[in-house]
Amino acid sequence: MMKTAVQQTTDQWGDKEEREVLTFDLAGETFAFDATMVQEILDLLPETAVPGARPFVGSVINFRGKVIPLADIRLAFGMAATKPTIDSRIIVAELDIEGEATLVGVRTDKVHEVTTLSRAARENPPSIGMRWRADYIDCLVKRGADFVIIPNLNEIFSAKRDAAAAA
Amino acid sequence: MSDTDPIAVFLTEAAELLEQIEIGLLDLTHRLDDKDQIDAVFRGLHTLKGSGAMFGFDALAAFTHHCETAFDRVRKGDVPASQELVAAVLAAQDHMKALIEAPHGDHDDKSSTLLGSLHAAVNGSGNSAVISPAEPEATAPAKQDGSDRAGWTVRFRLPANAMANGTNPLGLLDELRDLGDCRITVDKSKLPPLDSLNPSDIHLGWTVELLGDADRTAVEDVFIFVMDEMELSIEPILRETKPVAEADVGTAAAAAAADVPIPAQVIAARSATPAAAPAPQSAATEQKQAKAAENVRVPAERLDELMDRVGELVIAQSRLSQLADASIEIQLRAVSEDIERLSGELRDTMMVLRMMPVASLFGRFRRLVHDLSRETGKVIELETEGETTEVDKTVIDRLADPLVHLVRNSIDHGLETPDERRAAGKPEAGHVRLSARQSGGEVIITVKDDGRGINRERVRAKAESSGLIQPGAALSDQELLQLIFQPGFSTAQQITSLSGRGVGMDVVKKTVEALRGAIEVTSTPGNGSEIALRIPLTLAIIDGLLVRIGTGAYVIPLSAVEECLELSPETDLRSRGRSFISLRDSLVPFIRLRELFNTRTEPDPFQKIVVISTGSERVGLVVDQIIGDHQTVIKSLSKLHHDVATFSGATILGDGSVALILDVAHLVAAGQQQEAQLRAAG
Repeated sequence: MMKTAVQQTTDQWGDKEEREVLTFDLAGETFAFDATMVQEILDLLPETAVPGARPFVGSVINFRGKVIPLADIRLAFGMAATKPTIDSRIIVAELDIEGEATLVGVRTDKVHEVTTLSRAARENPPSIGMRWRADYIDCLVKRGADFVIIPNLNEIFSAKRDAAAAA
Repeated sequence: MSDTDPIAVFLTEAAELLEQIEIGLLDLTHRLDDKDQIDAVFRGLHTLKGSGAMFGFDALAAFTHHCETAFDRVRKGDVPASQELVAAVLAAQDHMKALIEAPHGDHDDKSSTLLGSLHAAVNGSGNSAVISPAEPEATAPAKQDGSDRAGWTVRFRLPANAMANGTNPLGLLDELRDLGDCRITVDKSKLPPLDSLNPSDIHLGWTVELLGDADRTAVEDVFIFVMDEMELSIEPILRETKPVAEADVGTAAAAAAADVPIPAQVIAARSATPAAAPAPQSAATEQKQAKAAENVRVPAERLDELMDRVGELVIAQSRLSQLADASIEIQLRAVSEDIERLSGELRDTMMVLRMMPVASLFGRFRRLVHDLSRETGKVIELETEGETTEVDKTVIDRLADPLVHLVRNSIDHGLETPDERRAAGKPEAGHVRLSARQSGGEVIITVKDDGRGINRERVRAKAESSGLIQPGAALSDQELLQLIFQPGFSTAQQITSLSGRGVGMDVVKKTVEALRGAIEVTSTPGNGSEIALRIPLTLAIIDGLLVRIGTGAYVIPLSAVEECLELSPETDLRSRGRSFISLRDSLVPFIRLRELFNTRTEPDPFQKIVVISTGSERVGLVVDQIIGDHQTVIKSLSKLHHDVATFSGATILGDGSVALILDVAHLVAAGQQQEAQLRAAG
């Protein structure tokens, strides 16, 4: 299990050439979070639906005596939610939400590994031909024949509020 | 203490000293001849100077030195205490705060101005109508310590850990030697055998026969930093008679009480008060100080951590007892019951730990009122009541600013000038009364003044002109008065230098509501206003009613629950269109939580209604099942769920699952809205 100090969560490269990330699967794509913001990886827990909440943060879980929101970023990206499988896990990450460090559980289909991505393999999200809103993606990083998607969590968890309010 | 930052320790200590000095000074403004307070202020200044210098706050030490000197002269009776002096030192005390906060800032101008006024206060109008505090002291000890005194017998014993705290007994002896010829004997009666001797502890006591005409204060000053913890007796050596023979603290005191002509004065722990002071008073201070000595300072976040752990323990315990109940293992059950009892007691103790008397909140208003009184020229008397009422620490912290605003408002807008008051046939001095009392699960804190009251016409005019209400709208008196808490509600006449610290009445209301509290205003024109804040006792644990709606468990705060009844199938059918039940001749709107929460399950055959209320407004909540009462450890929801107004928080149930806590105020408002819509429609 991971337990690391948490720092600034903006998914920027800064002046670093390499970046340690935790990769996981979600709806057939490989995503990655910065390893530094990951607190823990959990098996699925009983969850409690919050009526009236925005669908992508539709429930809460008991994480070591704390009540934390459980987010499904598939719904933020407009993908369909799928049934949990035996590989499903929850990644608990610490995010900065409106200036407050907040623990958030994120559903994943399968968690892979901690790996190092290099800046050289990085590509900006293409402006067309994307299935998802470009501003929700920090960048794509090429790995083998495939891409790893690094989502822009700050954007997802803050802007979504306005989008939901407008809807 | 060893791993804490010494500067941080100094800052906390300095803040406390400044507070003590302020309290002493404010008391002095009422009773200039109070010797105890003069001593207390002097000691505070002295310690502040000493530790300031020790920790490198040189500007502070230098500045405080002048104030200390001034008070020393008052103490010795050279100069009478005067209002000017007290005011000058009060102002200087503010400056000391600045010197502590920014030790390297540029304070020279301010320092010299303040020292100028201090100087003027000490040397200038010495003949204003004040009582010299020195007279009683000067006469009384003079008789005792007069010409027949050859010196002092000083007996002292330091606490064992004194050296660890930086006290050097040799230094103390050297200081005594500076006062005159000394004959020093070591009392090694308490020296332990070698194998149990801790070399860093002090086991020795000293008896010093100090010859010469040094006065008692000078001798006491040697021990000023350690006096609180040590054993010290100072007895005069009489010319004729022999020095008082071996008299320990107890017998000397007994002897003095028995009126035996031994002018012994025993200074026990912390009672630096001269025996000349009135006995009951010094006893009271002694008691207070002894109480303070027993306290332990703990950072608040550690308490919060502990609180979290206890919360988790309570949850783990209820899981254990569920398992034990299902088991036939008798021993497991016994252990589980023990743990249940223990964790319950632990939780109760924990709750008490977080409670603080509101005195700490009220204390700061004396200074505020003192300053406002000088600024506005109004004569104000502040009364406080119920300072011992205890409230959760978070409540105290959060209420401080709103209360300051309310008190300022009362003084600024409520109270009239002395002339106006005379014209209205009221006593010249305006009264502001701060009181706190507990009522059920709530604490009610009121700010009451006897000023001119709230001008309802002006409130209405202002609300109409700023578009808060429709012109001519029919409002109840309470609704009208509550308008003053609307954001943006402040009349041009109201803005003065006193108000306007960025905290408006709307912020007061928001803070109180964030604490799950409510505000009530009453006001009689010409007779003053009263603003009452009703705050729940604790924010951490509430009694809740656990209910089931669909498959989810929810908690309703028990304090809001009025009654539970069954929604009969007939009423249920009849009320399909209009959700009202008739409850003892009044119509109560109800909300079907199943529909609100979109449960998508079959309703239970017998639906229940839980009637909840805030104040006079009621609403019924239709639920599937009432499970029972539940000790609810409140966990807040993250910012991601702040848009969900239906819930005020969440809690963790015995099986580890999460239950949401319903926000009563929001649901009642929603119910009332529903009622209003139906009334409008039909």
